Amino acid sequence: MTQAVATHEAPKSFIRRYIFSTDHKVIGLQYLFLAMAAVTIGIVLSIYMRLRLAWPTERWPLLAKLFPQAMAGGTISPEFYLSLVTMHGTIMVFFVLTTAPLGGFGNYFLPIQVGAHDMAFPVLNMLSFWVTLAGFLVLLAAFFVSGGAPISGWTAYAPLSAVGEIAGPGLGMGQNLWIVSIALFCIASLLGALNFITTTLNLRTKGMSMTRLPLTVWAWFTTAVLALLAFPVLLAGGILLLLDRVAGTSFFVPAGLIVSDKILPHKGGSPLLWQHLFWFFGHPEVYIAILPGMGITSHVLSTFARKPIFGYRAMVAAIFAIGLLGFLVWGHHMFVSGMSPYSAIAFSLLTLSIGVPSAIKTFNWLATLYKAQIRFTVPMLFALGFVSIFVTGGLSGIILGQTSLDIPMHDTYFVVAHFHLIMGVAAIFGIFAGTYYWFPKMFGRMMNDALGKLHFWLTFIGIYAIFIPMHILGIAGHPRRYAETAGFDFLAPLQPIHVFITIAALVTAAAQVLFFFNFFWSIWKGRRAEINPWRATTLEWTIPSPPPHDNFGPQAPVVHHGPYEYSVPGAAEDYILQTAPPTAMKS
Amino acid sequence: MAEHIERLRFAEWEGGISPFAVGSKKLGMWLFIVSDSLTFSGLLVGYSYVRIASERWPMPFELWPTIVMATLMTFCLLSSSLTMALAVRASSLGDRSRTVRFILLTMLGGILFILLHAKEWAGLIAEGVRMWENPWGVPLFGASFFTLTGLHMLHVASGVIYLGVIALGVSRGRFTHEDVEISGLYWHFVDLVWMFIFPLVYLLSVKMP
Repeated sequence: MTQAVATHEAPKSFIRRYIFSTDHKVIGLQYLFLAMAAVTIGIVLSIYMRLRLAWPTERWPLLAKLFPQAMAGGTISPEFYLSLVTMHGTIMVFFVLTTAPLGGFGNYFLPIQVGAHDMAFPVLNMLSFWVTLAGFLVLLAAFFVSGGAPISGWTAYAPLSAVGEIAGPGLGMGQNLWIVSIALFCIASLLGALNFITTTLNLRTKGMSMTRLPLTVWAWFTTAVLALLAFPVLLAGGILLLLDRVAGTSFFVPAGLIVSDKILPHKGGSPLLWQHLFWFFGHPEVYIAILPGMGITSHVLSTFARKPIFGYRAMVAAIFAIGLLGFLVWGHHMFVSGMSPYSAIAFSLLTLSIGVPSAIKTFNWLATLYKAQIRFTVPMLFALGFVSIFVTGGLSGIILGQTSLDIPMHDTYFVVAHFHLIMGVAAIFGIFAGTYYWFPKMFGRMMNDALGKLHFWLTFIGIYAIFIPMHILGIAGHPRRYAETAGFDFLAPLQPIHVFITIAALVTAAAQVLFFFNFFWSIWKGRRAEINPWRATTLEWTIPSPPPHDNFGPQAPVVHHGPYEYSVPGAAEDYILQTAPPTAMKS
Repeated sequence: MAEHIERLRFAEWEGGISPFAVGSKKLGMWLFIVSDSLTFSGLLVGYSYVRIASERWPMPFELWPTIVMATLMTFCLLSSSLTMALAVRASSLGDRSRTVRFILLTMLGGILFILLHAKEWAGLIAEGVRMWENPWGVPLFGASFFTLTGLHMLHVASGVIYLGVIALGVSRGRFTHEDVEISGLYWHFVDLVWMFIFPLVYLLSVKMP
């Protein structure tokens, strides 16, 4: 079956080559650029929210130009604020944190790192991107339909999301579009996951045993398994939710519900059922976002510590353990939902046990760094930043995983701070590390080092300046999702913290301009990159930068070494390529 | 350090035919089946959830006609699995015309199933069963019945079209034995889903004396 994807010429026409391409590298870049567009929109939305929180009474006529109807008068209404929350969350979780590390880097580098000429199903791969793009456009369309974007959050909790326009603006057509968008994303993820798993298992080149796979491949592989098992359940939930809205069923709407002084005709459903179906997907989704970041971090740390990754097999086992446990802990999102306290105990214990594989990974990263000759390149800085933020965000997870502590903390800014650090920012740091690390391979040029370091320090400090104070807001009892902070006595003393966070957010967002500038400037003007600028070991560093259409040409590579053979005693250089002849490792 | 690297060298795959002896297309179909079965699991769990949470779930089905007809539908579908298995066997022996004939029989079973099912739907709709109400009580009865059986019927219908494409391809010599086998995997999966729906949706809703 390795012959299934024979070596092939690059298609000649522009459309087949760059638009409807079946080349995994082009598709990977398409995903990356989609994620860059999405993250830009997501950041802009978050700035709108931060301005509203910091200066609640201010008018923003300039900002209102983007949303002339929703922001009539230049102010952000509480309803529009909730639309922003929903769209920021949905765009970031699905179209950035899932799209960039898995669809982007995974597509580009998984086939190369296993020594394949392309994915197992190139046409499905192309479809997967275009369906994702369709989902993104459908989601954005929600802003422009009557009523605007939905206000039910990225979790679309029923019954708010199920009863339609009567419950608030955006819950009419906007919510329908949201569901259709997510359903499309589910289908695209299935197509992607099929490809990732099959390629990893079946298209490895000669000598590339499973234990010689780079940890990035293990991470993408596990992530694909999670996506394969999690998204179909969301699809089932989405089907039922859409039926509740358009076919008059009441799976998620209880009997006798009164909204806006009207008794709804729905009878007999359970809002809790939506939470179960959603979080059965939603919790693995957190790991879908973070696992590729863990893989990239392991990969980059080993490269720039010039040491083999400490405990390769423990790392693989930990990735799998985190993936498995991820399917057993969805109830910890529902401690205050009225679920039985006995099942809460089980969910709590399982949640805390995720600390074990997480700690294994963290200590292995530290052990990899121990007594290493660290090269502080930009990708290395972001990988180190990943470890730092993963630990910070993980520690608050231990707090929230305990029912007794979660009950007072639930729905406060503490939760917002926790999941932004561990799921959002840590994953973003993984994406940055990957971008700086693989940019020379993808575009054949180096990114600017000084700009990159400036970008790192501003982002790293900025992120902590945003999210550490949010923990304090949460401990002080500040509820999340409130647009109105001015009208409550107990929130008044916390207002200066909001102002501080907003300023930090503005600075951090501005620092991302450095990244975008560096990225696009370097594509055309960067210093030319060699084949292997980082002196790394894996297969992508054995082929030209950027790689040719069929990656390895007619001759498939033969692998003789593990992925992390750095500083091997007796070797001529401090790294041994995976394709180096077997004698090179004899000491 | 050298020891560390030595330990990594176990179970080396030395290249050649696919390492796990399963073709990529077949593996892809298995993965799709795993994923799709989770969609059905989500719906079946949701159905069980609302059923248990309801005080009096309707149990309106009479032995005649509903259960007998549903048993007949089950018979059609199970027989079509048998003919599908025979088609796979015929294609493994390289007998193209037998393969096509058995695939056509399989499609016939699927089409009969759909026709009987459509007749049943029509009957229920005539009795006043809707997505939002039914004559027997809890409105979710109709909602979950139509959702589950509807999605399954959609799978059967797609399967019939899929098998049609395969039959056409086999008769023209374009498809290999593996393609037939893979379409068989899908067909057996659709059957298997029915073997969950039949007891959970039909047999558990038989009228008690």
